[in-house]
Amino acid sequence: MPDSTSVGVVAPQRARFDAPITLRSGTTLPGYELVFETYGTLNAAKSNAVLVCHALSGNHHVAGVYSEQDKRPGWWDSMIGPGKPIDTGRFFVIGVNNLGGCHGSTGPSSTDPQTGKPYGASFPVVTVDDWVETQARLADHLGIQRFAVVMGGSLGGMQALAWSITHPERVAHALVIAAAPKLTAQNIAFNDVARQAILTDPDFHGGNFYEHGVTPKRGLRLARMLGHITYLSDDVMGSKFGRVLRSGTFNFGFDVEFEIESYLRYQGDKFAESFDANTYLLMTKALDYFDPTHHHKDGNLSQALAPATAGFLVVSFTSDWRFAPDRSREIVKALLDNERSVSYAEITSAHGHDAFLMEDEHYHDVVRAYMANIDLGPAA
Amino acid sequence: MNAHDVSSAIARPDFAAIAQWVAPGTKVLDLGCGDGSLLRYLQQTRNTRGYGVEIADANIATCVKNGINVIQMDLETGLSIFESNSFDYVILSQTLQAMKNTEIVVREMLRVGREGIVTFPNFGYWRHRLQVVRGHMPVSTRLPYQWYDTPNVHLCTLKDFEEFCDSHGVHILERAVMSNGSLVSVMPNLLGSLAVYRFERGS
Repeated sequence: MPDSTSVGVVAPQRARFDAPITLRSGTTLPGYELVFETYGTLNAAKSNAVLVCHALSGNHHVAGVYSEQDKRPGWWDSMIGPGKPIDTGRFFVIGVNNLGGCHGSTGPSSTDPQTGKPYGASFPVVTVDDWVETQARLADHLGIQRFAVVMGGSLGGMQALAWSITHPERVAHALVIAAAPKLTAQNIAFNDVARQAILTDPDFHGGNFYEHGVTPKRGLRLARMLGHITYLSDDVMGSKFGRVLRSGTFNFGFDVEFEIESYLRYQGDKFAESFDANTYLLMTKALDYFDPTHHHKDGNLSQALAPATAGFLVVSFTSDWRFAPDRSREIVKALLDNERSVSYAEITSAHGHDAFLMEDEHYHDVVRAYMANIDLGPAA
Repeated sequence: MNAHDVSSAIARPDFAAIAQWVAPGTKVLDLGCGDGSLLRYLQQTRNTRGYGVEIADANIATCVKNGINVIQMDLETGLSIFESNSFDYVILSQTLQAMKNTEIVVREMLRVGREGIVTFPNFGYWRHRLQVVRGHMPVSTRLPYQWYDTPNVHLCTLKDFEEFCDSHGVHILERAVMSNGSLVSVMPNLLGSLAVYRFERGS
């Protein structure tokens, strides 16, 4: 029986943008394509659009499945669908693969029209602000002047925050989940180890591995294994895997022995098969560079958030040490300093950073309550 | 006033007492705001703006549902998320007696707000005294818990609270004492079951 809370079978769409875009790095891309999906129906007033921004390894496939047989729904399917916290019976939801991605939007693995070869190392570094600009152009393309909600978790939450600052008139509400106003040194350090794993893989070939017919799987695998450790909490790893040995005994060697090793290697392998190494580098760089206070004196976040006029829901998770509750509270404090409309929920969860992707009663209740309270205007 | 306000005011007689002290159009912080009823009541009757602070999960979703801005955090850890002098009023309604760090909370209220408003059950209420005389810890509508399951760790009388203010540089501006929803003016420390105070930093 079909699941009545699923958006069902969905198909990605493409949009081509021929107006050149000058990125924060100063590089200009003559044009690009974005792949996206939509769920629900845009109302006549175009006042019910929700933009879902993805995190490091996410993409445009946010909800639903690609066929009746598809066992793996979109990455935020628990959150989005008919009757779900983001109710597609009421909202028109858009998922978009970011520029530089590897799931269909123009990125390092795409063909550079000037050379006829994949961009590879020549693909420019992109920032969160660049993504916001390209997403705004997608909104123009879809005829959406103002989003009811821009939302995301982790790096996606940073995009929602950036939207609220750079395009305040186009964002009625921002849902900033498991995010941070900027990365800490420790967090940048994790990203750099991940990048080093990729950059030093002999199959990386300076980013131009496509023409060598190889992919830097070893590096990408290590990067993902490291990342994965930081997305989980010590507690959940302990309860899930503990010190359980696969064969029940020490083998005094370096093959997989502990269950956690098996799990991490599996996750690393799976990721290395499907993700682009250059995209991974770009995404981590976008994370590192994100800092709305960069152009403000003394790094004052309250000043940086002053232009934001949206209503905010900020959510963090108690066991998330990669994007800890303290970091979300910094965002909340800056909004309070500006007397903005903001609610903050700190969800008790053992699941670490990954908790934002999971079902949790309190978490979903709060998001549902926030969404239900959004006024879509008379034409809704 | 709509039906919701009336029912709130009946359910919590301190709401009306608080509201009469809150100037229209001011900025209010409600500590331990529960489901946001007081803030909603103040928004509707006094056109206030502001935020609630609450720790219980279920109350967060209810506040959000009611359109109340709520911050989920533990009051006991202080109010460092709020700037000094950033509110006209900081309210602590029926929560003072359950705070572990009473002194810190009152100090923080007056750092963040121009004025503080607290309400608490009067332990000196005659029915409470009678129960103690009879050899029992008091249990009443205002103190609905048994000694073994009460969250109330710092109960006090009117006299106790006023002495506390005196010794902690807190200047009391106004007091309303209530019993069964009516104001009590005679022997309030004996006849009042609920105390409401408005105060500021002492000079």
